[in-house]
Formats: sequence, C-alpha cells, structure tokens
Amino acid sequence: MSTKHLTLSGLEPLIVNDALNFVNVGERTNVAGSKKFLRLIKEEKFEEAIAIARDQVEGGAQILDVNMDDALLEAKECMVNFLNLIASEPDISRIPIMVDSSKWEVIEAGLQCLQGKGVVNSISLKDGEASFIDKAKKIKRYGAAAIIMAFDEKGQADTYERRIQICQRAYTLLVEHVKFAPSDIIFDPNIFPVATGIPEHNNYALDFFKATKWIRENLPGANICGGVSNVSFSFRGNNPVREAMHASFLYHATKNGMRLGIVNPNLIEIYEDIDPKLLQHVEDVLFNRREDATERLVDLAEAYVGQGKDKKKDEVLWRNEPLGKRIEHALVRGITDFIVEDAEEARLALDKPLDVIEGPLMDGMGVVGKLFESGKMFLPQVVKSARVMKKAVAYLQPFIEEGKDEKQKKVGKILLATVKGDVHDIGKNIVGVVLACNNYEVVDLGVMVPMEQILERAKEEEADIIGLSGLITPSLDEMVNIANEMERQDLSTPLLIGGATTSRVHTAVKIAPKYQKGVFHVGDASLSIPLVSKLLNPDFSQQVISETKDEYGELKTRFEANSKTKKFADIETARANKAILDWDENPVFVPKTIGTKTLHKIDLERLKNYIDWTPFFQTWDLHGRFPKILEDDLVGHQAQELYKDALALLEEIIASDGLESKAVLGVFPANQVADDDIEVYTDESRSIVADTIVGLRQQSKKSKKAANVCLADYIQAKGSGADYIGAFAVTAGLGIEKWIERFEKEQDDYQSIMVKALADRLAEATAEYLHEYLRKEFWGYATEEQLTNDDLIRESYKGIRPAPGYPACPDHYQKEVIWNLLNVEEEVGISLTESLAMYPAASVSGLYFAHPQAKYFGLGRIQKDQVADYAERSKINQAEAERRLQPNLAY
Amino acid sequence: MLEEIIHKRILVLDGGMGTMIQGYGLEEEDYRAGWFDEHPSPLKGNNDLLSLTRPEIIKEIHAEYLEAGADIIETNTFSGTSIAQADYSLESSVYDINYHSAKIAKEVTTRFTQSNPDKPRFVAGAIGPTNRTASLSPDVNRPGYRAITFNDLVEAYSEQSRALIAGGVDLLMVETIFDTLNAKAALFAIQRVFDELEVTLPIMISGTITDASGRTLSGQTVEAFYISLSHLPFYSIGLNCALGAEQLLPHIRSLSAISDSPISVYPNAGLPNAFGEYDESPEMMCAYLKPFLDQGLLNIVGGCCGTTPEHIKAIADLAATYQPRKKSVTQEL
Repeated sequence: MSTKHLTLSGLEPLIVNDALNFVNVGERTNVAGSKKFLRLIKEEKFEEAIAIARDQVEGGAQILDVNMDDALLEAKECMVNFLNLIASEPDISRIPIMVDSSKWEVIEAGLQCLQGKGVVNSISLKDGEASFIDKAKKIKRYGAAAIIMAFDEKGQADTYERRIQICQRAYTLLVEHVKFAPSDIIFDPNIFPVATGIPEHNNYALDFFKATKWIRENLPGANICGGVSNVSFSFRGNNPVREAMHASFLYHATKNGMRLGIVNPNLIEIYEDIDPKLLQHVEDVLFNRREDATERLVDLAEAYVGQGKDKKKDEVLWRNEPLGKRIEHALVRGITDFIVEDAEEARLALDKPLDVIEGPLMDGMGVVGKLFESGKMFLPQVVKSARVMKKAVAYLQPFIEEGKDEKQKKVGKILLATVKGDVHDIGKNIVGVVLACNNYEVVDLGVMVPMEQILERAKEEEADIIGLSGLITPSLDEMVNIANEMERQDLSTPLLIGGATTSRVHTAVKIAPKYQKGVFHVGDASLSIPLVSKLLNPDFSQQVISETKDEYGELKTRFEANSKTKKFADIETARANKAILDWDENPVFVPKTIGTKTLHKIDLERLKNYIDWTPFFQTWDLHGRFPKILEDDLVGHQAQELYKDALALLEEIIASDGLESKAVLGVFPANQVADDDIEVYTDESRSIVADTIVGLRQQSKKSKKAANVCLADYIQAKGSGADYIGAFAVTAGLGIEKWIERFEKEQDDYQSIMVKALADRLAEATAEYLHEYLRKEFWGYATEEQLTNDDLIRESYKGIRPAPGYPACPDHYQKEVIWNLLNVEEEVGISLTESLAMYPAASVSGLYFAHPQAKYFGLGRIQKDQVADYAERSKINQAEAERRLQPNLAY
Repeated sequence: MLEEIIHKRILVLDGGMGTMIQGYGLEEEDYRAGWFDEHPSPLKGNNDLLSLTRPEIIKEIHAEYLEAGADIIETNTFSGTSIAQADYSLESSVYDINYHSAKIAKEVTTRFTQSNPDKPRFVAGAIGPTNRTASLSPDVNRPGYRAITFNDLVEAYSEQSRALIAGGVDLLMVETIFDTLNAKAALFAIQRVFDELEVTLPIMISGTITDASGRTLSGQTVEAFYISLSHLPFYSIGLNCALGAEQLLPHIRSLSAISDSPISVYPNAGLPNAFGEYDESPEMMCAYLKPFLDQGLLNIVGGCCGTTPEHIKAIADLAATYQPRKKSVTQEL
C-alpha cells in the first residue's frame, strides 16, 4: 500500500492528514511520566490504571502511549498484561497504541498484542546501523509505524545541523534499505528545555522548528512528533508560564509541520488567550530574539507564580471546535458549563431562536439518540444529555416567546401517567426524559392520576400515545380498567404499559384483549424509542399494531394452554400438605421486648453501610451485580460514573441532613388459626385479638417432598404453645419534596431521578438495619449474629421479613393490619393510598417471622376455592376478593 | 500470470466445501481409512482429513467447481493448523494434511489447465483463523487472559504455510479473519517462511464481518482492518462468510473506496435459517451480487458456506459479462 499519510488503527482508523491539525498522544499511561500510574501498576490496581487510559481517550487523546520502564517493574510482563486489558475496553482500544520502551524486547512483546496498526516509541541509530535496520525490519513485519529519535552513535542531536543530518541518514536507510513506507516514519527531533540560563540552550526551540520544517520539505512523507512539556522544564511549579510556553511552542511547531506530539491537556493555554505581554516574552525565548530573553521571562514569571487556573483544561481541545461540534460535544458528554454561551452564540448566528433548538441542539440530540439506540451510550449519560438540552432550551425560551407566533414542531405528543393509587414514578420519569431527548413532546401527568383525568387530558392535548406506569400490583388492574374504558369511549390512541410489576405476559393476557387499537408492553426505557417512532410513522403504525396483536394473541394462547396443564391441589389437600416446622429442635424464642418502638431520625451515615446497590443500577437500566458491575466490559464505566454521582449526592444528603429516615417496629403474641390465618394478640394473655392476618397458601401440585406453604405455617397453632410475630414500617423519603422541587427548578432530571432512587435504597437499607436490630436486640433471637452487608443482601440471616405485595404475600391489603398494629401513619408518617401504595414512595413495610425454618417463597397461582374461602375469612364478597388477588388467579 | 489476469477479467473462486462433503454422507471410517485407523478418539467431522483418507472425494468436489467455472480453488485445509487439529489430538498430522491437500488440488487444476490453456486454473492454500483469538479473552472474568499467544500462532501458521507451499499452491489465502491479530500472526509467519524458502507467492486476505454493526469479531471497522494488514503487499483483500451478499455490499463498498489492491468477496448463501441451513438459490445470490458488479466493486468473486457448484456456475456466468474493478481509490488514506 502506498499512502501519502501516516495511517494507524485501533478498532477504528486514524489518518494523520492535513485535516487533522495536530494529533495528541495521551501520555498518562506512562510510568515514567505519571507517578500515579506507576503506583497503580506496582500495586496491580489494573482497573484504576485502565481508568487513566480511558480518561486519556475521553480527554481527546488520539493515540495512547504506554510505557512500563521502571526499575521495579517487570516491564515486559506489565506491558503485555496492560495491553491485553485495554484491548478488552472498546472505548479505549478504538484508538491506536504507542508501544513505548527503551528495551527492544518490551517493544516486541507489546507489538505482539496489537491487532491494530500501532507506533513504536522509539528506535534510533544510537547502537549503529545494523541494530537499527534489524529492528526496523521487524517493526515492518509486525505492521507498525515507528518514532525515530534524532540520536546516533555520537549522541543526541541538539543543533539544527545534527538534527537534519541524522534524520536524513535514518530516512535513507529506512526507505531504501528496509523498504519502510515513508509515511510510517515519525521523527522526534528532540524538544529540549529553554530558558535554562545556559547560553548553549538558547537556540533549542528555534532549531527544533527549523529542523521540523526542513524534514517536511526534504524527506517526503515523513512525520514529526515531540514531547512538548519538556520545553518549559525550567518553570516547573509555575503553571501559567508553562501553559503559555506550551501553547506558543505547539502553535509554532505545528505551523512548521509537527503533526503529532505529547501535550498534557491540563497544562496548556489557548494560544489566543495568552496574556500578550507574557506571550511576547515567551516567544522572545523560543525564537532566541534577544540576549536577555531568558532573564526577562524569569523576571516576568515571578508575577504568575501561584496563579493556577481553577478550571481544568480538559476542555480546551473541544472548545476550539466549530459551534455545532461544540454543542454536540456538550450534549454527548453531558457538560452544562458552556451550553448557555454556545446557545447564545448560535442564537445570534441563526435567524430565529427556534432554529437553535431545531438545528444544532436537535442535531446533537440526534447523535445522542443514535448512540443510545446502538448501545454506545447508557441511560445515565442520556439523562445528563437531557439536562444540557433543558438548560439550553430554558435559556432560549424567553427569546422564542418574544417571537410569539413561532411554535416548535415536535414529532409527536406522548402523555405519561402513573395510575391511580400508585406513587412510583422513577421509571416513568426516565421514559419521559428519553422521549423528550428524541424530540417528542411529553405531557407528564405525574402520579396517582385517576382514569378520567388521563383520558380527558389525552383528548384535550390530542396525545398521539398514552403511556401508563405502575409499580404495585393493584396498578395492573387499574391499567386493565383504563384499557377497557378506552375501548368503550372508542379511542384510537395506542397504549403503552410499563413499570416494574408489569410484564409482557400480563399485558398480552389481561390488557391487550381489552383494547383493540394497540397495547404494548415496554420493558425498558430504551425500547420506547423505536416503538414510539414506528407508531407515529403512518407507514409502520398499522403494521406494528397488528404484528404485536398477533404476537400477544399467541402469547395469550400459550399462557392459557400452560395454565390449563398446570396441576393444582384443592385448598383442603394443600392445607393437608402444609409446611411442618420442627418446634422441638427450634423452640419458640420468647422476645426480649413485646410491644412497639419508633425510631426517629436514624443516622443516614450508618444506613449507608446497609445499602444494596444492585437494584439501584437496575433502576438506570444497567444490569449486573454490584460491585462487579463496576468492572463490566460493557457498562462498567457508566456504572462507575453513576456510582460516583450517587455517592456525591448521598454525601450531600447526609451532610445536610436532607432526608429523614424513620421506622416503627413491634413484636406481638400470635398464633396460627384455621390453618392459614394468624391471630395477633394485644398482650401475653392472648385474650384480645388485635387483628388477624389472612393468609394465602400455595396451591400448585407439589412433588412429595415439597409442602404447600403459607406464612401461617411459620407460627405455632393456637393451643400448641405460645408464639410471636413482628411487624415493621420504615421510610427514608421524608423531606424528599424539597430536593425534587430544587432539581425541577434547576431543570435537572438526572438529579431528580437520582434522589428518588437513593431514597428507595435508603428505605431498603433502613429495613435491613431495622431487621438486624430486631434479631440482635429487640426480639434478640440472634444476639451472636455477625453478618456482613453481603451476607445480608444474600438473606443469610435467621428468620424472614416478607412484605405485603411481594411473592410470599402478594395481598397488599395485609398492609392494613400492619398499619393498625403499629399505628404507622401517626408514628412515622407513611400513608396508604386507595390501592394500598405507601406514600412517601421510599417506604418499606412487612412482617417478621423468627423461626429459623421460615423461608421466603412465592405464592404462585391460586384456585377459585381458596379465593372463596379468603373472601369469607376477610368478610368481603367474591368479586372484591378476585379484584384484590387478580394477578395470582389461576382461572 | 496471476498479476496480469486479475486486471483483465473478474476471477471466480470456488464455493463451500463443507456443504458438498455433507452430501456424501460419510461415516467415521471414511475419516480414518488408511491413515488413522488406530486413532483413539472420534474423527468424524474433521473434514481436512478427507484429503488424506478419501482424496477422490475432495478431488471430485474440486473438479465440480472447476467445471462450474472457478478460476481459483481453495485447498481443503481450513482447519489445517496444529491449533485447530489439537481438538482431535492430530497436531502431528498437520504437515500431511496441508501437503496432500495442496497436491491433490494442484493435480486437478493442472488437468483442467491442460485441457483448456486459455483458462488457467490456480490453487489457493487456505489458511483459516484457527479456533483461538489472540486479542480477545475467552474468559469474561479475566479480560487480560489470552488462550493463545502471537508466537504460538506464528509457529502454527509457519508450519501450515510451509507444507502448503511444498505441496505446490499458487497463492496463499488468509481467510475468514475474525481477529486481525491472528491474521497479523499469519502474515508474519508467511513472510518468515518466504524468507526461509526464498520464494514469494501472492497473498489473498479475506476478513469476516460478524454482524450488522459492520465490525469484525475483534471489534474493528473495515477501514481499521485494512490499515492493520496494509504493511505488506497483497494480491487481494476482501470479505467472506458470516453474512450473505446482500449484507456485505456496504462493507465491500467501504473497502473498495480505500483499497488500491484488488477486491474479493465470497459470501454465504444468505443468512442461516432457523435450522442453520443456507437457502439462497443461485439466482437469488446472483441478484444480490449484481449491484457489486454494476458498481464495479469486484476483482474476485465466489461463495462460502452453503454455496454449491450450481451457485458458482451462475456467479461465473454473471461475472463473465462484467469488467473487473479498476484500481480507483476514491477515499485517500
């Protein structure tokens, strides 16, 4: 191949041509240049070392220099290991690698790890022609480019003449003898410190510029690179001067033809922004324009000592891009710092303020949308992008309103609501953000929205699509009702169903048959975009509606066939096969305390240690177990970012006492009655029944060894001996409104979703903490317990704490018993909605069973005979019982 | 001769070997006959062995493809490295497999060339990807781990190329490349063997795009793939396998835009159906290949998995009516 330009590759190509002004080589993955990197490699903290590489790429490095030359390291092993590790990180290995070592065997080992075309750094004529030619031949065979140091048998070139003489000689050997492609030759003509006070050094920079120019003119195809920070070595500790020197040196070196180099992006000023006086003094030194140039710069430099910039300079590279690119960069990276000034610049440049939104901003969001759909961006990033977008739009809004008659064109209007009786909205908000990012107009009606209001607003707003969300099981019924009503009112708006308890099967079996104009289950936020775009495209909408209808029809048929073949026991047989606990081996532990206790203001710092982070990441559509997810190939980086942001907000919450966690728990004498129910007594006399927990029993046909379990089996039957049950309710959501209000005011959906997700985690952590307190102190049956948080997450503790609404007790109505026993609403301020959802949403309630043989289980589906019995025991009619137990009915 | 002919007309490669072998309904003893009768483990499915144990079948298949109009046939050596043969504990048979596969292929092409000297036929020594990847870890929990090193690959590929050259192949073909680092090792080995034997043969390179993202299994774009292997002159570069012609078109177009070497493509007969079979008919495949030819993108064309002599016949007839791609780099590197 004969190419004019240096071409390199990682997973993607890098073509070093005139279009690329300057190619920056990332140098922080160099143990000689970065103490931190050296320490990480020494301590074998490879993840953190990889993070440095990633920072380099994200900071704009186009080639990654890797160097492991340190007396205390096995350089070859470290090189191979590190290159193999970053090869598994597509966001790093997309750029070419520069294998950097003074030892040939390390270079060769490194080259054997690169699938792309990399760069060797470096070889030279230091050890004579034979060795030089031999190495060059091998480099060619490995398919790499090479940096050639201006160094020969006599030493390093430090004058203009020596530089060009050595480069000429090396060039001839390579091109004529080795048949090395000229474009694969990269000369490093040595950048040395200037203003050292030694007169011989005064021409160093100037000679470098001249040599660079000469090489470009006389050695066709060859490239030039250099390590820029060397030049300012004399001014270590004086960053403003160093930054100015780097900027000026780079400016002139590139003008003379240097195409590649190592520049620390944190240590460079924008050339135009250099203080003119400083610039003049710097350039006097670089060009050796006056004899006293060094003294003058040293004198002037005093004035800049300690004037460090408070802002990081990572941005300089992208801030030089054209406006459209900058806006895109800000959106893709989620950087809000400059978006208002960029929006203003765009507003002045374009005819109408609206054009800014419909032009550069929407173009940028289009890029975000594409990256998200193709899995190259992840949800937390997209929410951050939306934050940037919102900020820009908020800035432009007043200008748009001045223009009056303009109205932003949206591609479609989507109405979202969490249904009546339900307060959960994290997932719905995420879908809203993702849709808004894709230029859909989102009308969000909030939580606990009655059916009438949803349908009225949908008509009023002429919504193109309605999306319903819910987390608790009664919400599923409400969704069925809404579908029914939409059919009755003869609407034609497609209906989307989402939320943690919803499922494709439930949608297919229960909701879709009620409404003929299209019902769709949306499993996660990213799926909403392709679906919505198809539904709003007249060419596809009918097709996707009918395809889904067919698919759901099939699902329904299969489900029904399945439930028919499933064998069930009648309730009497199931009761005969109840779980038998060994009361002799594990007798009832008499509680240390009987009664209730309320805990106010539980220390959040302490609760932090009880957090199970895995579900937190699930909330953001990042799937995997914590902490492993932080190292995940695909989402690990995103997970780390998200985790960092979460911890930061959590710290802020803790420091400002910004959320209150409260709990109430109680332990009561109790006995099992009528097989499936638990009578809870006011005191040890067991004469007054405080309330009765109405139980449900597994009814699917079991193999011989397995029992048909009911929670009541875990409590001794009345007459067999004294037993006890506990109950609890906790919340960590007190005070959350002011956070949400603040973030909504700041247009910051990301933080708004974040605070809700954190409150959820804190509520679960409170429940975990409280359970431990119960086991070790309040009930005290496990005083010796020593469990780590991991053990707790794995539920290794003795006894269980099933929550109404979850598999062992799907009946939300048993919460009323807990509220009654513990006086929850007055004690801790959690109220129950008409669908038995808890408000604040970040709340958890449940029952405590202490027996070591008590295990979590799932109720599964139940038969009509048990439902009739349940209705009788609960003193309600059959229809009401069926409504409550809808998701578990096997008929 | 190869250097001239490629600019005069579109050369036709042969089609799938596996599909054809399947048609013979061979049994375990066919894979052992005369060579591996005492071998302790089962060998059925190790198709490369048939060049030794049932050479008449392999020759028959080669002849069918030549009859159909193929200019170049590939040796039956896709798995002919010690790395791939290790699965059958037959590392020691690698030389025999490659040498004899080359020999019988050459025997058949010589016969065809003699009977029609105006249409000379050639043997490409097929060098497959092996079943290990040098730049990917097979263990998700140990991303830095590699099941094979560059040097191991160089050794294995050297052994294979030495035997293919000794058996008389006209070209070498590094094909079905899913990990570019494996291919780099193959090219490294080939250069070494060329130096050692003081010969130089034309090298064909063919990569595999594994999904619609347009990247190789090891994650490279077509452009990066090209650049990574561009350090030595090759006879042709192209894509084969994994996808059908229809899906390969955009990627061949990107390759053609940057390559100053001839371009090859030999797709599967479509994407596999639910049973893992390929069911594009010769006519369908030609319909999908037509845009490649209309756009002047090809110098070499053939078939991979699921293609048969009927496919190659149809492709050869179609290709005969077109001019080959002219060296025209539209996108300068």
